[in-house]
Amino acid sequence: MRTLEQTTQEVLDLAATHFQLPAGSLAPGDDFFKKLGIDSLQTLEMLSRIENHFGIELPDYEVQGVSDFKTLAERIQSRL
Amino acid sequence: MLDLSKYQSIGEALKDALDQFANEVCLIEADREREKERLTYREFKARAHLLAKALQDAGFAAGDRASIIMTNQSKWLISAYAIFLTGGTLVPLDYKLTPDEQWQLLKHSSASVLITEYPIWRQLSVAAGRTAAANLRTILVTEAPANADLAGARRWEEFRGEGEPIFIPRERKDTACIVYSSGTGGRPKGCMMTHENYLEQCVALTSIYPFWPGVRYLSILPTNHAIDFMVGFFGPFTCGATVVHLRTLRPEYVREAFPKYKITYVSLVPLVLKNLQKGLQARFDALPTGKRMFFNALVGINKVLTKRRPRLGISRRLLRQVHEAFGGELLAIIVGGAFTEPQTLQFFYDLGIPVANGYGLTEAGTAITVNDLKPFRADTVGKPLPGMEVRIVNPASDGVGEVSVRSKTVMAGYLNEPELTAEAIVDGWLMTGDLGRFDATGHLQLSGRKKNMIVTEEGKNIYPEDIEAVFESLPAKEFCVYAANYIWPKRSMVKEKLVLVLHLEQGQQFTEHLRQDINARNHRLLNYKRVHGVVLLDEDFPRTASLKIKRNVLAERLASLDSATAVLPL
Repeated sequence: MRTLEQTTQEVLDLAATHFQLPAGSLAPGDDFFKKLGIDSLQTLEMLSRIENHFGIELPDYEVQGVSDFKTLAERIQSRL
Repeated sequence: MLDLSKYQSIGEALKDALDQFANEVCLIEADREREKERLTYREFKARAHLLAKALQDAGFAAGDRASIIMTNQSKWLISAYAIFLTGGTLVPLDYKLTPDEQWQLLKHSSASVLITEYPIWRQLSVAAGRTAAANLRTILVTEAPANADLAGARRWEEFRGEGEPIFIPRERKDTACIVYSSGTGGRPKGCMMTHENYLEQCVALTSIYPFWPGVRYLSILPTNHAIDFMVGFFGPFTCGATVVHLRTLRPEYVREAFPKYKITYVSLVPLVLKNLQKGLQARFDALPTGKRMFFNALVGINKVLTKRRPRLGISRRLLRQVHEAFGGELLAIIVGGAFTEPQTLQFFYDLGIPVANGYGLTEAGTAITVNDLKPFRADTVGKPLPGMEVRIVNPASDGVGEVSVRSKTVMAGYLNEPELTAEAIVDGWLMTGDLGRFDATGHLQLSGRKKNMIVTEEGKNIYPEDIEAVFESLPAKEFCVYAANYIWPKRSMVKEKLVLVLHLEQGQQFTEHLRQDINARNHRLLNYKRVHGVVLLDEDFPRTASLKIKRNVLAERLASLDSATAVLPL
């Protein structure tokens, strides 16, 4: 079982890969709309990659209103 | 299609439709690659009757209000029909609002029944606002896990009555739905939409974009939104068509749905349409040079052949691969909720995929104008729909003035807000707050907004008054949030921004600390509601006798500043 820290790190790595950013350039508290300049639709695209990685299904409503990696990792953690 | 002129209410029309089209498929619900459910009109009726009877047994009666807070799915429409059948008034709420905002609207609407999904209820049930909605007697939640704590709610799936429900007739003038056009922090604006509003709107829209059994409409816009309620529920149901729901709106699953379900119509907000355009353009650009030139030549031929009107048969043959990606049977993409840039509309039209763009607002019963494609005009929002009288009030020398509308589709008024209603509807004409002009061919061209509101590309209405709550107790003398366009009219319907106007205390400086405080508060807002800059004004804001800020007077004062230098970025 992963710890929340591990999950958070994996989410950051996946997001960096997805948006072609250098590893380590994202932090847990980053607001992904602001930091990555993406919209809610692009967030949904990133989610599919995350789902496949963790082998879970995150309904769209789980990520409603989530705008930072830490909260996103918590939502994922609760489904692991 | 049913002859809607002979019906008094949504419930009465739907009741007949369910019998007339009993064997047709009305709903398909899919979750990712799995098809969860497929219902005929007969099965839909059986499900809805169980719920309707249980509602009646629980005391739900004519004129009572029931709210639905759900993502798009079969149970949304089943619940809505049960409410109409029993003579109730539907209060569709946005599932994307925060729990406290939802409670505020539940209270404002005096809903006695709430139908929602378990994950939404989990958040709603523990929110502080719950105590506010005292009228709420029955709460039904769908898909609750077996051992879930329902916190006073009941399971939708088990809420079934025995025997047949009694159909309760309503009149055309009665309120069918209370639709919140926006407004949560300040004054909720609940548009009272009558049965007549919907019946008339449905006749007008289907005269241009018809439905029939076999048509498949992909429902992506939230059903609480006026557009999806009409073209993703009432319209297709009165014509025996099929509505396809997706439980996830991930782009890859939406893409798959087109060929899988042979979609005929879909409604999108401009933002999604633009993303679709970007994706397609990237694929075209990635073609090898020779193929790309050949493809561009085909698009060129298609443009010439479809100049006067769409010719779908020809476009589908010429640009086969593009059309196959959309399932090969797409008749039109309906775009609404916000302004769409002409270049995006033209892009799709040139590919032989007509985009039915138009203009409307909840208060007017969805659409006021729609592009009739005779011929297609990307630079306008089309001509008024049948039954719509549209005029330009106080036009300037270039013909631009405020767009106003008179029609049987215009709402009865705002719930509990006679003053707001009197401002919005003057002598029977709805003042839209949008600026525009008619061109020589009778097409409406929009050119800006008069009211202190912005509409995002995602189709969200934002009233600056609603944003101000998070800036309460900001260390400054006073502040006010504006749509930048309202202060400095740009004659533009896109890229609108919110700004925070600050009057600092005497001797106070705009420090980095204050900037950080504003940014931190800004982050509590959903991303599309955030302010983008600060304007410093070193004078007292004009106020009314009751000390409310005179927004229009302050805006006039601010307009004398140069927007290029006055707005400090955050």
